[in-house]
Amino acid sequence: MARVVAGIACSHVPAIGVAIDKGKTGTPYWEPLFKGYEPARKWLAELKPDVAIVVYNDHANALSLQIIPTFLIGVADEFPIADEGFGPRPVPKVLGHPELAWHLAESLILDEFDMTIANEMPVDHGLTVPLSITCGQPAAWPFPVIPICVNVVQYPPPTGARCYKLGQAIRRAVAGFGGDLRVLIYGTGGMSHQLQGERAGLINQDFDAAFLDGLTRDPLALTRITHTEYMRESGSEGIEMVMWHVMRGALDEDAIEVYRHYHVPASNTAAALMILANRSAS
Amino acid sequence: MSNTRDYESIPGTYVYDARRGRSGYALNMFCMSLAKPENRKSFKENEAAYLDRFPLSPEQRRTVLERDWLGMLRVGGNIYYTIKIAFCDGLTFQDVAGRMCGMSTEAYAQMMLAGGRNVDGNRFKQPEADPESHHG
Repeated sequence: MARVVAGIACSHVPAIGVAIDKGKTGTPYWEPLFKGYEPARKWLAELKPDVAIVVYNDHANALSLQIIPTFLIGVADEFPIADEGFGPRPVPKVLGHPELAWHLAESLILDEFDMTIANEMPVDHGLTVPLSITCGQPAAWPFPVIPICVNVVQYPPPTGARCYKLGQAIRRAVAGFGGDLRVLIYGTGGMSHQLQGERAGLINQDFDAAFLDGLTRDPLALTRITHTEYMRESGSEGIEMVMWHVMRGALDEDAIEVYRHYHVPASNTAAALMILANRSAS
Repeated sequence: MSNTRDYESIPGTYVYDARRGRSGYALNMFCMSLAKPENRKSFKENEAAYLDRFPLSPEQRRTVLERDWLGMLRVGGNIYYTIKIAFCDGLTFQDVAGRMCGMSTEAYAQMMLAGGRNVDGNRFKQPEADPESHHG
C-alpha cells in the first residue's frame, strides 16, 4: 500500500529562487543559507520518494481574488511555471501524478474536506523554490508532484487545527491508494516574516525555535496557535506556518526530526528547513 | 476561532480581511493584470490610460501613480498584489519594505542582516511607545 514516509518543512522565499537561478548561492550573503541545504539534498537523494505532495500558497499567480479556494488540489499531468511579473523561473516544468491526485481529491472530499480541484494551473515560487532548495538544479525534477494550495492571502486562512486534520486525512487517503508508493510531503512558507506596513522586517527567532521544537515535542499544541498570535508574534506573513500543520498531520504522531537548518535573513524572512520522518520509514 | 479582529491591536500591520477585500478588489485585480507581459508594456507606456481600465477610486489611483506603497495598503491593497507594481518597476521586496517603513533600502537591509525588526515593543499599538523601539 502507498504510505507517507517523510515530511519537509521549508520556507519558500522568492529571493532564494532568484539566488539559485542567477548563480549567486556562493556569495557571502547567501552561502551560509545554502550550505545548510546540502545535507537535506543528500538525504532526499537517498530517500528517492515516488511522489511528493507540496502544500503551499499561490501568490496571486494561478489564483486571484476573483475566486479564493481555501484548499485546492492540482490533478493535472503537468503544471507550467508561472510568470510572477518578471518572467517564469528557468526551472523544469512540474509533472503531476494524476492517478494519486484524483484519488486524494475523491478521498478527501468524501472524508469531509471540500477540496477545490484544479485541472490546469501554473505553479509559482511557493512550490518551485522548495523543490530547488531540496533538489538543486536538475534537468527534470526527480519525482512527480501533487500541488495542494492553501489560501493565506485573504484573511482568514484555515486554522492550524484544520490544516493538521487535513494532513491526517491525506495520510488516510494515501494509505487507501492501491500501489506501493512512498510519498513525501512538503509544508512550505514561514518562518517569521512581515512583508507589509510600518512593521515590515519583523523576525522572532524565539517563536521560530519553539515552533520547530514543537513539531516533534507537541505538534497538537502548535495547532492551537491563533491567527492573531501568528501575526503578532511571527509577523503578518508568518501566518503561512499554518501550512506546515498539513505536512505534520500527514506524518505519524511520533515522527522524528532528521535535520534542521535555520538562517536569518533570506531577504525579509527567517528561512528554515526541517526534515521529519516516520520511524517506520527507515 | 472567534471573529473579534483582535489583530487590529498589532501596530504597522494591514490585515487583508473582509473590509479591505471589499474596498481593495479593483486595485488588487489591476495589480494582478501586470502578471501578463503585454499588460506590463501597456502600463509602462501610459500608466494613467492603463489605470482607466479599472474602477479605482481617485485615492487608489494616486497611490499607484505616486508609488505610495504604504498608502496602497491603507486603501485596500494587498502586498502579494501590489508587489507586482514593484516588480514592473524593477524593485525588490526589500526596496518596497524599506519604503513602507520609511527606511532607505540600505538601512532596511542592514536591519535584516542584524536579525530583523525586534518583536519586543512591536506587539501592540502603544501611542506612548519609545519611537526608537519602533525601528527595532
